[in-house]
Amino acid sequence: MSLRTGAAVQATATVNRLSRGLGLGRGTVAGGRLGLAIAPRGLAELAMGRSVALVSGTNGKTTTTALLAAALGERGAVVSNSTGSNMPAGHFAALAGSQRGTAAVLEVDEAYLPASLEALRPAAIVLLNLSRDQLDRSNEVRMVAGRWREALARTEASVVANADDPLVVYGAASAASVVWVAGGARWRADAVGCPACGERITFVGDSWSCRCGFARPTPRINVEERPIGTTAVLADGRRFEVALSIPGSFNRRNAVMAMAAAEALGVPAEASLAAMARIEAVAGRFSVRVVGGIPTRLLLAKNPAGWEELLDVVTPGSAPVVVAINARIADGRDPSWLWDVPFERLAGRPVVASGERSADVSVRLHYAGVDHQRRADPVEAVVLAARLGADGGGKVQFIGNYTAFGDLLGAGAA
Amino acid sequence: MRHAPLRIAVVYPDLLGTYGDGGNGLVLARRAERRGIEAELLQATSDRILPRADLYTLGGGEDAPQVQACEGLGESVLADAVSEGAVVLAVCAGYQILGTTFPTADGVQVPGLGLLEVTTRKGPGRRAVGEVVVEAAIPGVGRLTGFENHGGLSALSPRLRALGTVVSGVGNGHGTDGAWAGHLVGTYLHGPVLARNPALADLLLSWATGSDGLDPLDDRREEELRAERLHAALSHRGGRRWWHRG
Repeated sequence: MSLRTGAAVQATATVNRLSRGLGLGRGTVAGGRLGLAIAPRGLAELAMGRSVALVSGTNGKTTTTALLAAALGERGAVVSNSTGSNMPAGHFAALAGSQRGTAAVLEVDEAYLPASLEALRPAAIVLLNLSRDQLDRSNEVRMVAGRWREALARTEASVVANADDPLVVYGAASAASVVWVAGGARWRADAVGCPACGERITFVGDSWSCRCGFARPTPRINVEERPIGTTAVLADGRRFEVALSIPGSFNRRNAVMAMAAAEALGVPAEASLAAMARIEAVAGRFSVRVVGGIPTRLLLAKNPAGWEELLDVVTPGSAPVVVAINARIADGRDPSWLWDVPFERLAGRPVVASGERSADVSVRLHYAGVDHQRRADPVEAVVLAARLGADGGGKVQFIGNYTAFGDLLGAGAA
Repeated sequence: MRHAPLRIAVVYPDLLGTYGDGGNGLVLARRAERRGIEAELLQATSDRILPRADLYTLGGGEDAPQVQACEGLGESVLADAVSEGAVVLAVCAGYQILGTTFPTADGVQVPGLGLLEVTTRKGPGRRAVGEVVVEAAIPGVGRLTGFENHGGLSALSPRLRALGTVVSGVGNGHGTDGAWAGHLVGTYLHGPVLARNPALADLLLSWATGSDGLDPLDDRREEELRAERLHAALSHRGGRRWWHRG
């Protein structure tokens, strides 16, 4: 390791220790930033000699990163940016804090994927989905897909990509080696215009195509979903049951993508699925915590595509739901996307609007025909939801967007 | 000429649906129904001929889909409907489309539908992103609150009235926002604008139904949202990240 990078690693460790010690943060970004400032090319050096896997996309990055890290853990030590610090500073901190040569699974912000490919030279890349997120940033997803396409043309990594998402397919198809997986895509509103020619994509069942010839590639791994149980069906005839502790069809499909990446890196599918099944929560998501004395399931959804999937998780049954929305910089300042979420599906159950933008949520629910109450404070909202649902129906389901979720975790959800 | 039930068409949600503006159609339909006016809400996607409706809403969209939408709408159903008195609310990219010309992503000017004498050009600075407050010029509408996110500067012909005067934010870029002519309203305000400003929603409904006296509704939630957003914008806590002066 160069002297400069060595010094940067030391500085990163010191700052992160301080930051954690002073309770200023989770201790991953500040130190990493300093490290990168001292050794701008240090990231490439730290990544050298390691087996690196990257996970990117709009939704499911943090969870899929945890799943893949668990799978690769079957083979030896793995380091990961498990707190979701998914830009270069977070990568630097994660790598600086681990032994040289330790395998790494890193979540990558979708806009940073091209730069990260360059610096980290991954052996495997998992590409989940692309959809609108943070409306105020005007980062058109189409543009992101185009940049992926350019960058992935130069990678030698094994790419595992979602065949159901046209934008992901456009971005990944330039790579030399791609395992296409039927990764699912409930939300299609951002993929109507063909990323190749601009014409209209036609969706028929699971399949999609454009007149220009751009079409869904045949998946090497299909996913069969039944009321009980999900099966990954491989083109070579193998079949694997996918059972996870965390809920949601999208998580099971993401696990299948992680399974494919792990297999490319030498971990047999059975072993990685067994390891992934043991994950019960990821950075608080999907966990059941006691909030204001009420056992509550904590869920995170930050854009219409994420909500669409999570509404599937909570709508069977009649458990009370808290919808908590903030609009800070990390959330995107414009919550107009609430009008793209089919909240109509919550009608008839106890619902509480919460978060700093609870007034926006309340108006949206009103026009969705969902009777509800409003409490800006998330803990009060949970307590109220539990009272409204006192006649049974099950645990309170708290769904927050990024900082609303973080606030509840920070509010001492134990 | 009004249809029964009242027909409300969200125009090209597949192209002009990026910023949640489809909510405007929902707000109009529900506010009509709550008054016992039957309403039909149509999602008029770009793969079909635009249906005839009493009220059309157009929303914001990305650059390439905006051009596609304009090409699709050039086939005259919208212009015919307008000449027969249909009401149109057009937001952001949709507002620019109604004008005489607007810029593509590469800065090339392309012709709009020419229903409003508005010329939009690419602004010199960064995009205007943040909360906006507009004092509406239409009597009875009052203050409008919304969220803008665009890189265009829109100039109105001297014959055309602006929708209102900007109190906070950028809007058209010349101290005004939007345009208003006959039963056409254009604006840069997302939110969606009708969810935050029920008085504007009711004005459009009264135009579409020909009824001056719509029954009042219980707008507690909307009023709370309005008050909160107006306060946030005017006390500059509202998350204006940057703006330029046009």
